[in-house]
Amino acid sequence: MSLFLIAALPFLGAVFPALLIRAGRNAAAASTGSVTLLALIGLLLNAPAVLRGETVSARLDWLPDLGLNANFQLDGLGLLFAGLILGIGLLIIIYARFYLSREDPMGQFYSFLLLFQGAMVGIVLSDNILLLLVFWELTSLSSFLLIGYWKHLPEGRQGARMALAVTASGGLAMIGGMLILGHVAGSYDISVILQHKELIQASPLYAPALILILIGAFTKSAQFPFHFWLPHAMAAPTPVSAYLHSATMVKAGLFLMARMWPVLSGTELWFYLVATTGLVTMVLGAVIALFKDDLKALLAFSTVSHLGLITMLLGLGTKAAAVAAVFHIINHATFKAALFMSAGIVDHAAHTRSIRQLGGLRHLMPVTFTLAGIAALSMAGIPPFNGFLSKEMMLEEAAHAVWAGSAYLLPAVAVFGALFSVAYSLRYIAHVFLGPKRHDYPTLPHDPAPGMWLPPAVLVALVVLIGLFPEAIAAPIVVSAADAVTGDHHSYFHPKLWHGLTPALYMSVVAVAGGALLLMLHRPAEGLWNALPRPEAKVIYDAIVGAATRASRSFTETLHDGALSRYSAIFLLFTLAIAYYAYASGDIGASTRAMQPITAMTVVGWVCLVGSALCVVAFHRNRLLALVLIGVAGLMVSLSFNYLSAPDLALTQISVEVVSIILLLLALNFMPQETPRESSAGRKLRDAVLSIGAGLGAGGLIYALMTRDFALPSISEYHLANSYKGGGGTNVVNVILVDFRGFDTFGEIIVLGIAAIIIFAITESVLGSRVRARLLNRKPWYPLAGDAHPLMMVVATRVMMPIALMVAAYIFFRGHNMPGGGFIAGLIAAIAVVMQYMASGFSWATERQGLPYHGIIGTGVLVAAATGMGAWFNGLPFLTSAFGYVDPPYLDEFELATAALFDLGVFLAVLGAVLLALQSLARFAWQPGIASEHPMDINPERDEATKTIEGH
Amino acid sequence: MELLLASAVGILTASGIYLILRQRSFPVIIGLSLLSYAVNLFLFATGRLALNQPPILNKYAEAAYTDPLPQALVLTAIVISFGMTAVVVMIALSAYLSARNDRIDMTDETGEDA
Repeated sequence: MSLFLIAALPFLGAVFPALLIRAGRNAAAASTGSVTLLALIGLLLNAPAVLRGETVSARLDWLPDLGLNANFQLDGLGLLFAGLILGIGLLIIIYARFYLSREDPMGQFYSFLLLFQGAMVGIVLSDNILLLLVFWELTSLSSFLLIGYWKHLPEGRQGARMALAVTASGGLAMIGGMLILGHVAGSYDISVILQHKELIQASPLYAPALILILIGAFTKSAQFPFHFWLPHAMAAPTPVSAYLHSATMVKAGLFLMARMWPVLSGTELWFYLVATTGLVTMVLGAVIALFKDDLKALLAFSTVSHLGLITMLLGLGTKAAAVAAVFHIINHATFKAALFMSAGIVDHAAHTRSIRQLGGLRHLMPVTFTLAGIAALSMAGIPPFNGFLSKEMMLEEAAHAVWAGSAYLLPAVAVFGALFSVAYSLRYIAHVFLGPKRHDYPTLPHDPAPGMWLPPAVLVALVVLIGLFPEAIAAPIVVSAADAVTGDHHSYFHPKLWHGLTPALYMSVVAVAGGALLLMLHRPAEGLWNALPRPEAKVIYDAIVGAATRASRSFTETLHDGALSRYSAIFLLFTLAIAYYAYASGDIGASTRAMQPITAMTVVGWVCLVGSALCVVAFHRNRLLALVLIGVAGLMVSLSFNYLSAPDLALTQISVEVVSIILLLLALNFMPQETPRESSAGRKLRDAVLSIGAGLGAGGLIYALMTRDFALPSISEYHLANSYKGGGGTNVVNVILVDFRGFDTFGEIIVLGIAAIIIFAITESVLGSRVRARLLNRKPWYPLAGDAHPLMMVVATRVMMPIALMVAAYIFFRGHNMPGGGFIAGLIAAIAVVMQYMASGFSWATERQGLPYHGIIGTGVLVAAATGMGAWFNGLPFLTSAFGYVDPPYLDEFELATAALFDLGVFLAVLGAVLLALQSLARFAWQPGIASEHPMDINPERDEATKTIEGH
Repeated sequence: MELLLASAVGILTASGIYLILRQRSFPVIIGLSLLSYAVNLFLFATGRLALNQPPILNKYAEAAYTDPLPQALVLTAIVISFGMTAVVVMIALSAYLSARNDRIDMTDETGEDA
């Protein structure tokens, strides 16, 4: 099966349980199990080739420019991990079916589990570090969902948050490290990086890359001082703990260290960082585990301890130690998953996980006792189980390790850790299962249904079989995986239960005897432990997180305290400071352009423009007056455009001005007519300083620009040269809009349409709320005019309607060659319709306007899109225009261009958008009885009719 | 001419920003309109000023043309700024009608939902 499919299957399969849960819990569990089984079979089909020493790979260029490729490869290490993830995953799925209660949403659980499984499989199969990082972050996210699965438990939520915070921030560090590594090696493909050991270790960036990558690995694998998240993650349901903390999540960090072992290991820095961290973690975890009364907490710290052991082995940097690490990964996964499941069984049966309330369970739960007993003995390193073999190998390696010149320190500490490990393993048996039967269990325990004990039984069978026949069962995969770790081809792996009287055996005997003795002294030892002052990791973590939260909150609240004018002022001040820095540090050079002459007319225009702007500021409290004044400013801007050779802009500005003012007038109708005085003098001064600063900056900048030539040749030459030849139009501005930059324009009309629809939506929601009643009972600000629809105006606008529409048509058609075009024509047509609304009333105009404005916007966008797509049929890119000329008899030469069709789309979109916006706003004014029966308020015919009647 | 235009841009910018810093929604909208005039003039002027050189090609004679590109960009900017003004007006109006208050600052006295 292709590696793509193996990696994708869990993700694809995650849909099934979510859907099939409606068909029952068995269906959900079965579908999840089938997906995992299928992926496992696919993996095993590739196994023979991998065990022969081949590497299976599947490659796909994803973003080759970034070096991010979907490259997967399967070697011995990948096979080992993927096998553990999928194999133990399958057992967990079965176990969880019987573990979870009826109240738990099981479909969700299995979906999360499959997402997590897919992310894990992705990590171990990736042959690209960027791809690996993607999966790495996915495991952090999906494990967050799994750990916090019991959303109603505060511990679950806190544990999930803590796990996410620790592992994801470690992941961030690792991204940095990986990028450095890829940069040094010149490739992001793992298979390439692994060949550049000398290059990487000689690089000055080796140390930062190593440290960052190790932070990622240590956080994931719960190494000291990041170990604290793991015990808190025990708030998860037991199947999750069994899965995440035996075979998967926490092993990801180990996997990464093993994967990068060929290039990163072998240096002093590696040895002291990794081996020391591993050793400290191993001892610390083992000591704490002994004094935990919660079964799962005991197992959690034992996991921390074993992870430390494996980390230490990887850190030693010798090939034999790497083989031992690989072997212990398998063994730990088997016995630890079995132990977690047995803890779950005890919890399920006795309704407590507290060792203090347990004991004597061997009489009540013989099956569970057998399974848990064997697994715990293996964890203690008692022969003939598999844990003994790998622990011997570990002690053997430790016996030869020299730490900082001392040949005794590391072995002694390792034995000390192993001693505690024996003690807590035996405690798991002695204080839970042995001893007399008690009478105060929360509920009377009994062995569970086979569905719950069979999965751990499978693992325990492996524990025994690997212990008895290591060469037959474990050798092929261990050798293959160790070869992949060391880059060697002949890893030495011949574990035996009896090696003769080696140092490792003596160390083992000391550990077992000492451990058993320590357990007997458990009560006094516990007293001593409790008397010792020790830092509580969660308290420290909470303090750090709390401080960070407070710091960021106070920073944010200082800047963003809810006062919009304050944000604007801060933003402005910042921009001014940056602009001043740019001005002070830059060099603008001398002016190079001759200035245009100042004429009397331009001075008049300037006075009008500047005067109206200043008057707006001076009289802004009178809102209607301010509106009139900005109308003046807009008009002057429009005239400036016209004067400065921009007729298209002048036309657009003046038509937009009309609709904007109408819009603001409509809005002002409902808003207060005056702005109260409320700014203090200091505040006014601040605002004045800021705005004058901004004005000086903007004015100075544009003055400097205008008096200098272009720094670089402008692309406008191209537009001028090709407008007629390529675009078929002499109005270059219009050709740019509909042709050269047609895609921009296409985006613009969509934005405009969206803006109009937003306005419509706001209107709908506001008019659907309590505001509507308030509007209906509204008292107008001023007394209403007696005649809302004066006859003169009604008649004039109706006469003007066809003329205005014809002007729009004229402007539209000439747009390609002369000033005009779709934008302006759309605005003019909109004004023609708005005039009817204003003169004859909303209801009258709406009755006669059959087409919905949404439809007009949509048609416009579709027409523009269809025109653009038309180019595809000629094998040309989107929006390539075509044109030709026809010369009909009796008429002038006439141009037919697809650009005109596109412009039609623009016309329709602008028309629809403007009208929808204004019509929505006008709906606020609707009141019952506002619609007049007749076209005009005073019907001239009616008077005639009364006269006729009177005459009779 | 350049001086006149630059000073006009400066004064429009200053007036617009002063009004944007007010505390009621209507002056802010008016200020935004003034600022859009300033920005549109600014962008237009980056093509440098020219008199009587509209970018309408003359098929029959050689002629000088002003830079058409800023004009095309400003043309769409004018239309889009209408769209923006319309949305802002709508939001301001709805906020005023719902809260019976047209302040733009959320202070502690008014509360977040006031």
